[in-house]
Amino acid sequence: MTRPLRLSIHALGGQGGGVLADWIADTAEHAGWWTQATSVPGVAQRTGATVYYIEIAPPGPEPIFALMPSPGDVDVVLASELMEAGRAVARGLVTPGRTTLIASSHRIFAIGEKSAMGDGAFSASAVLEGCIASAKRLVLADLDALAAAHGSIISATLLGALAGSGVMPFARQDYEAAIARAGVGVKTSLAAFGAGFDLAAASPPPAIAAPRRAVAVPEGAALPALAERIASLPEAAQAFARLGAERLTDYQDKAHTARYLERVEAVAQAERALGGEGALAAATARHLALWMSYEDVIRVADLKTRASRTARVAGEVRAGQDVLARTTEFMHPRFEEVIDMLPAGLAQRLQNSARLRRWLTPLIDRDRQVTTSSLSGFLLLWGIARLRRWRPLSLRFKVEEARIEAWLASAVSAARGDLALGIEVIRLQRLVRGYSDTHARGLANFAAIMRELPALAQRGDGAERLAALHRAALADDESRALTAALAALAEEAPAVAAASAEPRPAALAAAE
Amino acid sequence: MAERSFAREVERLRLGQGDVFHGEGILAVTKALLQSGVSYVGGYQGSPISHLMDVFADADPLLRELGIHFEQSASEATAAAMLAASVNYPLRGAVTWKSTVGTNVASDALANVASGGVKGGALVIVGEDYGEGSSIMQERSHAFAMKSQIWLLDPRPNLAHIVDMVEHGFCLSEASNTPVMLELRIRACHMTGRFAAKDNVRPAFTLRDAMNAPVRDTDRIVLPPANFLHEHEKIERRWPAAIDYITAHKLNERFGPDEGELGIIVQGGMFNTLARAMEMAGLGDGIGGLDLPTLVLNVTYPLVPAEIVQFCAGKRAVLIVEEGQPAFMEDAIAAALRRADVNTAIVGKGTFPLAGEYTGAVIRAGLEAFLAEHGGRAAPAPPAPPALSMAHVPARPAGFCTGCPERPVFTAMKLLMRELGPFHVSCDIGCHLFSILPPFNIGNTTMGYGLGFAGAAAFNVADAKRTISVMGDGGFWHNGLTSGVGNAVFNKSDNVLVIVDNGYSAATGGQDILSSKNAPATRSGHHRIEDAVRGVGVEWVRTVETYRIKQFKAALKEALTTRESGPKVIIAVGECMLNRQRREKPLFAAAVKQGERRVRARFGVDPDVCTGDHSCIRLSGCPTLTVAPNPDPLREDPVAAVAQDCVGCGVCGEIAHAAILCPSFYRADLIHNAGPWERRWAKVQTQVTGTLQRWSDKRRLARLA
Repeated sequence: MTRPLRLSIHALGGQGGGVLADWIADTAEHAGWWTQATSVPGVAQRTGATVYYIEIAPPGPEPIFALMPSPGDVDVVLASELMEAGRAVARGLVTPGRTTLIASSHRIFAIGEKSAMGDGAFSASAVLEGCIASAKRLVLADLDALAAAHGSIISATLLGALAGSGVMPFARQDYEAAIARAGVGVKTSLAAFGAGFDLAAASPPPAIAAPRRAVAVPEGAALPALAERIASLPEAAQAFARLGAERLTDYQDKAHTARYLERVEAVAQAERALGGEGALAAATARHLALWMSYEDVIRVADLKTRASRTARVAGEVRAGQDVLARTTEFMHPRFEEVIDMLPAGLAQRLQNSARLRRWLTPLIDRDRQVTTSSLSGFLLLWGIARLRRWRPLSLRFKVEEARIEAWLASAVSAARGDLALGIEVIRLQRLVRGYSDTHARGLANFAAIMRELPALAQRGDGAERLAALHRAALADDESRALTAALAALAEEAPAVAAASAEPRPAALAAAE
Repeated sequence: MAERSFAREVERLRLGQGDVFHGEGILAVTKALLQSGVSYVGGYQGSPISHLMDVFADADPLLRELGIHFEQSASEATAAAMLAASVNYPLRGAVTWKSTVGTNVASDALANVASGGVKGGALVIVGEDYGEGSSIMQERSHAFAMKSQIWLLDPRPNLAHIVDMVEHGFCLSEASNTPVMLELRIRACHMTGRFAAKDNVRPAFTLRDAMNAPVRDTDRIVLPPANFLHEHEKIERRWPAAIDYITAHKLNERFGPDEGELGIIVQGGMFNTLARAMEMAGLGDGIGGLDLPTLVLNVTYPLVPAEIVQFCAGKRAVLIVEEGQPAFMEDAIAAALRRADVNTAIVGKGTFPLAGEYTGAVIRAGLEAFLAEHGGRAAPAPPAPPALSMAHVPARPAGFCTGCPERPVFTAMKLLMRELGPFHVSCDIGCHLFSILPPFNIGNTTMGYGLGFAGAAAFNVADAKRTISVMGDGGFWHNGLTSGVGNAVFNKSDNVLVIVDNGYSAATGGQDILSSKNAPATRSGHHRIEDAVRGVGVEWVRTVETYRIKQFKAALKEALTTRESGPKVIIAVGECMLNRQRREKPLFAAAVKQGERRVRARFGVDPDVCTGDHSCIRLSGCPTLTVAPNPDPLREDPVAAVAQDCVGCGVCGEIAHAAILCPSFYRADLIHNAGPWERRWAKVQTQVTGTLQRWSDKRRLARLA
C-alpha cells in the first residue's frame, strides 16, 4: 500500500492528542515517508475539543500537504472520546467510502451535561448510529478503560488500535520503536499499545458502555415477611416497592416501612378503582420511598460511618498496604437542620425564640471538618447516627409526614380527574431533595407548581403542562425558567377558561 | 519556566550544513533567524508563536555563543521599539508576537520604525491568529502593513520555503530600507516538516560595536522636517527598491501550465489548501502539478503590478483566493488591471464567502463555482449531509484546568452575586476570561490585554453599584499597571480590581514575568504586584489566597461596600496548577521513593449522600468533578463524582462549606511512608471503628431479616 494517507485526531485538551500525533508522525518518518503533522491547540488546550492532523506520503517527489482535514479526504479518524467521534462525523470528516473510524466509546461529560440539574447527558446511541452509518470501518470500544488497565493513557491504546486495524502500511515494530524513541512511560505505553493492537486486530463489533440498568430486584431479597404484601401490589409497582421497603427499614424501622406499604396500597387501590394498570402505584412506590427517607443529619452520619463506606473510599482513592488514608468530611449543619432533629415541641419553642436563635446560631452554624478515620470524628458521627431511633419524634419528621400526606392526597384527587396528571404529581417529588439551600429551593418550586394544580386539573392537557413545569424547575437553579413558565400559564389561563366556557365559533370549528 | 521544556529543540538549533532539520514551523523560523546572522531578537508570547519565545528562552548558552541578545519583551510595543537598533546600524533584528492583537499594541513603534526606515534588516514575525483555534477578534495584519508601508510576506507552507523567505525577508528589508513582516497562520506555525540546515551565522557587526561607536542621523528621526521626507522616500525610493528585489529574486512563484484561459492568484499561505481542493476536483496531482496557471503570492504587500498584469492578460477569468476581509488584494488587482486596461474577469469575494476562514471545503466549493461559471464545467452534486449534526454532540467551551487557582475567584464572585445581586464585570485577556463561559457565566466586556480595569473607567459616578474588574498578572505587567491602576488612582475611581496572580503568563504557556517566583537566573523575578500597586498610589490593597473562598468573598464584599474612597485592589494569589504540578510532581515521587513521609490529598463524593442536583459542578467546573450513574435504583439523576486525576486543590471542600451545599464531599489524605507509631495508632483506630461498624451492621441486617 503506497498511497498518501490522511489522518485526523480528535481529542480533548489534556488527553494527549499531541503525543499520539507525534508517535504516528515519527513512525511514518522513520519508515522514510514524507510526513506532516499540525494542530490548532490555542485555548482549546484548556478542556476544549482539539484537532491534530497528519498527512503522510510514500517516498518519491515531495508532496503538497494540506494543513487541515477536508470532508471526503480523510482516511483515518481517531477519536479519544465518544462525542468527539460524533463531532468528527458531524464535521463531515467520516465518509462511507473512505474513512476508518477508530474511537473510544467512553464518555467525558461536557460542562453543560454535568451542570444540568437532572440528567443532561447527550444520547450515546444516536452518536453510535451516526458512526456506524458514516464509517467505512469502525473500531469502537472503551479504549480509555483498556489503557487504564495497563497503567497507561488513551493515546497508547489508540495507537495500538490504529496499528492493529491494518489501515496503515507500517509494521507493529515500527510503532513500538516510535514509542521507545519518545522515551516517556515506555513500558506501560507498550503494554497498552499491545492491548489496543489485539483489540482492533480481532475487529469486534462496535460497542458502547451498557446503558443504565433497569431496576433489578435483588435475589433472595430481605424482608421475607413482607413478600406476600408486596406481591399483592400491581406488578409494575412490585420492584420499586421491594426496594422502597428495604430502604425504609434500613433508614428507620419496620413501623416506618409498614406505613410506607399502607400508603402505596391505598394509592394502588384508588388507581384500581379508576381502571389504572399500576403506573400510578409504581410511581408512588418509587417516589414515596425517596420522600420518606428524606436526607437529614442522622442519615448522613449513618451513611458516612458504615463499613461498606470505609471500604468504598479505600478502593476509590487506591489506599493500600503502603499508603494510609485519612478521611475528612465537609459538613455545615445549619441552625435549622440541628433544630429539626429535636423533639417537635422543644424545636418549635427554640425556633420561635429570636433570642435563643441568635445565641445558638453561631455555635451551630459553622464549617465543620470531621475526620472520620479518627476515633473522635468517627464517634461523633456514629453517635449522631444512633439518634435514628428517636427520629420519628423530631420536628422534621412531623413536618415531612404532613407534606407527604398532602402530596399523596393531591395526587389521588388529581388522578380521579386524569390518571396521567396524578402520576405527574407523584413525579414532582424529584424536585424535593438534597440539603440546605438546594432543599429549600426544590421545596419552593414544588409548592409553586402544586399551587397551579387546581387550575391544571381543569384543562385537558394538565399532565403535559405539569411535566413541562417540572422540566422548567430543573432548567436553572434560580427558578427563572419556572417563573417564566408559571407567568405564561397564568396569562393563558383566563383565555382557556373563556374558550371552554363559550361555544366554539363555527368558523373556527370549520377550519379544523 | 514555561509549560513545556524545549531542551531537545534547542539542540536542533545547533545543526549546520549537511544536516536535516526536522521540526515545527515556528521552530524552523528560529533556526532561519540564526542562519541569517541576526543580532537581537525580542517578542511577546502568545499563540501561535509562543514556542519561538520559549525555545529562545531555553537557548541562552547558544545565543551567547553567537553574540545574540534575546529579550522576553514587556509588551509587543517594547519588542517593536527594539527594532530601533536597526535604524542606524547594520544590525539584523527580529521580533515576534501574536497578531493582530500584538500588532495593535506594537503599532506606535512600528509606524515610527517604518517612517524613518532601517539600515539593518528588521523582521517582524507575526502569528496570524485567525480561524479555527483562534481566541481573538478576526482581523488582518495586512492592514497594518499597508498603512505603515511595511512589506508583508505570506510564505507557502513548506518548511524549506519558509526558511528561505526569512532570509529573503532580511535582504528585502535591507534592499528597501523597510521593515518586513512575515505572516504565519496557526497551522503553519505548528506544522512539522524538514529542511536542509545551514550553519548559524555570527553577525559581523555586533551590538557592542554599535554601542561603542554611536551613529546619529537626524534624517532617520520622526520629527519635522524629516517625517515629511520619509513619506516621499517611501514612495519614491523604498517602494520601487522592494518591487525590484521581489521581481529579481522571484519571490512570487508560478505553478501549473504557462498559458490558459483561466488562472488563479493565491496568497502563499493558502496555497496548500488550494492545491488540495484542486486535487479533489481532479485538477492536481498532489505533488505540485496543477492543471490551471497559478500565481502564488509569497509577498502579499506590495503587489507587483507588472507581474499581475502579465499573468492576467489574455485570460478570460482569474480566481483570487484571499482569506479574510476587507479584500485588499482583490481590490488592488482589479485596480492594477483597470489601469493597464486588461479586461480579465476577476472572481473572488462573492464566489467565495466575504468573511470567515477558507477551509478546504470552502475553497473547493468556490473553485467548483468558478469552474462552473467560467470554465463550462458542470457543477458537482452537493455532498451528502453528514449522518450527525452538531446538535447531537455537546459544546465544549474552554474552561479552567484541574485544580486551577483562578476557579475559586469566580466561585466566590458567583456566591457574592447571589447575596448582593449582579455587578458589572469588566474582563481582561487571560485564562480568567473563561469566567464568561459556563459554568460561571460572569463578565460583561473584554477590551484587550491588561485593559480590564480601563474597561470600567467610564463607570465612575457616585451613588451607584461599584464595578468589578479582573486582570491577570500577565496583563498587569504588560500595561495594566499604568492603563488600569494608575488611571483609576488619578481619576479617583472607587471601583474594584481583582488581579489574578498565578505567577506566570499562564494562558500563553506559562512564561515568566516580573512577579514570577521561579524565574531562571537570566531574568529578574520576585517583584511584588502589591508593591507596584501601592507605588502608583492605591491605598486599599488586600492580598488573598484564591483557594480560601470565604476569605476571598469577604475581601470582595468589603471592597464593594467600604466607605473608603479610591480604587480597591484585591490581589488573588495562587500558583498556576499546570506549572505547580510540573514542578512538584517529580519531587513528590522522588521523596516517596526515598522513603520520606509525604501526604497527597484528593477529593471524593459519597454517591449515596449525593442527590444529583449538581450545584457543586455549577460552582466549580473542574474537569475532574464529573457525573456518574446513580447507584440508587430509585433515583433518576446521575450523581457527582471525582475522577482519578484530582489534584486535591481543596476547592470542592471550600465550595461545600462556603455555599453550604451538601455533605457528600470528603477529602482523602493519602499518607505515603507513614511512621511506625502512626501506623500502629491508625490500626488501633481502625480496630475500634471496625468493631462499632460490625455491631451496627448486625443490627441493621436484623431489621431487614
